Amino acid sequence: MNIVVLVKQVPDTESPRKLKSDDSTLDRAAADGVINELDEYAIEEGLRIKEAQGGEVTVLTMGPGKATESIRKALAMGADKAVHVLDDALAGSDALQTSYALQQVLGRTGFDLVVLGSESTDARTGVLAAMLAERLGVPQLSLANKVEIDGQSIKIQRQTDYGYDRVEATLPAVVSVVEKINEPRYPSFKGIMAAKKKPVETLGVADAGIDAAQVGLAAAATEVVDFAEAPPRAQGQIVTDEGDGGVKVAEFLASKKFV
Amino acid sequence: MAEILVLVDHVDGEIKKVALELLTLANRLGEAAAVWVGPGYEGAKDKLAEYGAQKVYVAADEELTSYVVAPRAALLAQLVGEKSPGAVLVSATGEGKEIAGRLAVKIGSGVLTDVVDVADGFVAEHSIFGGGIIAHAKVKTGTPVIAVRPNSIAPEAAPATPAEEQVTVTLSDTDKAAKITEKVIEEKGERPDLTEAAIVVSGGRGVGGAENFKLIEGLADSLGAAVGASRAATDAGWYPHQFQVGQTGKTVSPQLYIAVGISGAIQHRAGMQTSKTIVAINKDAEAPIFELVDYGVVGDLFQVAPQLTEEITKRK
Repeated sequence: MNIVVLVKQVPDTESPRKLKSDDSTLDRAAADGVINELDEYAIEEGLRIKEAQGGEVTVLTMGPGKATESIRKALAMGADKAVHVLDDALAGSDALQTSYALQQVLGRTGFDLVVLGSESTDARTGVLAAMLAERLGVPQLSLANKVEIDGQSIKIQRQTDYGYDRVEATLPAVVSVVEKINEPRYPSFKGIMAAKKKPVETLGVADAGIDAAQVGLAAAATEVVDFAEAPPRAQGQIVTDEGDGGVKVAEFLASKKFV
Repeated sequence: MAEILVLVDHVDGEIKKVALELLTLANRLGEAAAVWVGPGYEGAKDKLAEYGAQKVYVAADEELTSYVVAPRAALLAQLVGEKSPGAVLVSATGEGKEIAGRLAVKIGSGVLTDVVDVADGFVAEHSIFGGGIIAHAKVKTGTPVIAVRPNSIAPEAAPATPAEEQVTVTLSDTDKAAKITEKVIEEKGERPDLTEAAIVVSGGRGVGGAENFKLIEGLADSLGAAVGASRAATDAGWYPHQFQVGQTGKTVSPQLYIAVGISGAIQHRAGMQTSKTIVAINKDAEAPIFELVDYGVVGDLFQVAPQLTEEITKRK
């Protein structure tokens, strides 16, 4: 089975995240880059499916040179090879363009299954799986907290507000996963060493069959008009419990008409 | 004025509050035109009228909700083509954002998600990076598709007499590629939905165990609130993952958020920072959650929380 796992390098939540003043895109230099947390669950799920079904796991990422760190981590976890789409022409692409670019690359790599995290921790749009399924014309099996494959048949549990939906489809398909679908493995020392020898193919937009005029900030379908730091919240009242802390909170809630 | 399409969120005919919020917003931007998908419209029509739907497009075919999101995107794409609305509004829930994404691809439009307000010219306001930055953005290409975060707009009654129009859409094989075979409803009692609740009470690491979540639930029930949990609590298996508030879980924006035994790591703050009033109970006076609060108590949650529950119950 040809399993392609999408991986995104994102700014570390623990470091200061900023937008650049000149073009309102993410300031990638200001923050440490890490692999998007939810992608680790996608990699793990891809590896488990490969271990059960046979085949190969390819990591696909689109992003600047620093994204190789995330590729290495995915390879160290056990993915077989990687494709890195790296081109300045892609900088500033929005979700619509990103899904177009990935569609072109997936057309080149082929796939039985595309697996990705349900959203990234930076942009948090949560639209990519849906956009890719729409573009590729394959089933959208998103927000999965359980995946079962039997031959060409694939079943998932799709997380909902009320519980979950059971969903069925036929491969090929796009699957997005939520946290808790599995417990991502830590790369072993052996895995880290082996990752250094695994093939990483770097593609520019022309190599990947991406029309440069359709990607990048200038061609984006959305634009940031302005941004500013949110005003800090006013300092609230903090008391130390002296046996009446609960009553005091109740009084505060009553003063705000919540009680 | 242009129509503003509003996809109405409902569960088996029961309208979600966010739909009323979107109707209110739509009437500020143009004329609210509700889009009803699936069965149950007859029981819901009065409410749509009460909250200002000038028009309702009714697509009652059950088949439209039997597959993962694609049929609803197909329906909206058809309506965009026929009615040339000014914009399409959906709720920024997991499913709403997916519908927005597919629709954007179908009609070649830009999409904005997790929006907290929309001003004239369809300039959308976002609260990003865990509430640290307020950004305004707009769609440059096509009909704006905008997913609005629940609890961001106060719904206002504005009675109207909507014109109804029945709509049918022919689904392609691709629209029907992911079939929902069963909807499994997990018992959550009488509590409101986490993302829609006016009040949320969340428990974290300090709660110390699954059995102690009864304390959080008791406090929540005294306030008619939803229950949330921090990642530490869901990671430990004390509370189900779908109730996780935070960067990798749900984003909530209630009128009142009560954090119990939660230190307030950025991971958590990213999911609750836009709450209107924030209260925290934590034994560590240095916990970062206290930087956010309107009212905080430094103390043992096992003393403070039950006393608070009792006091609220007494005052009712």
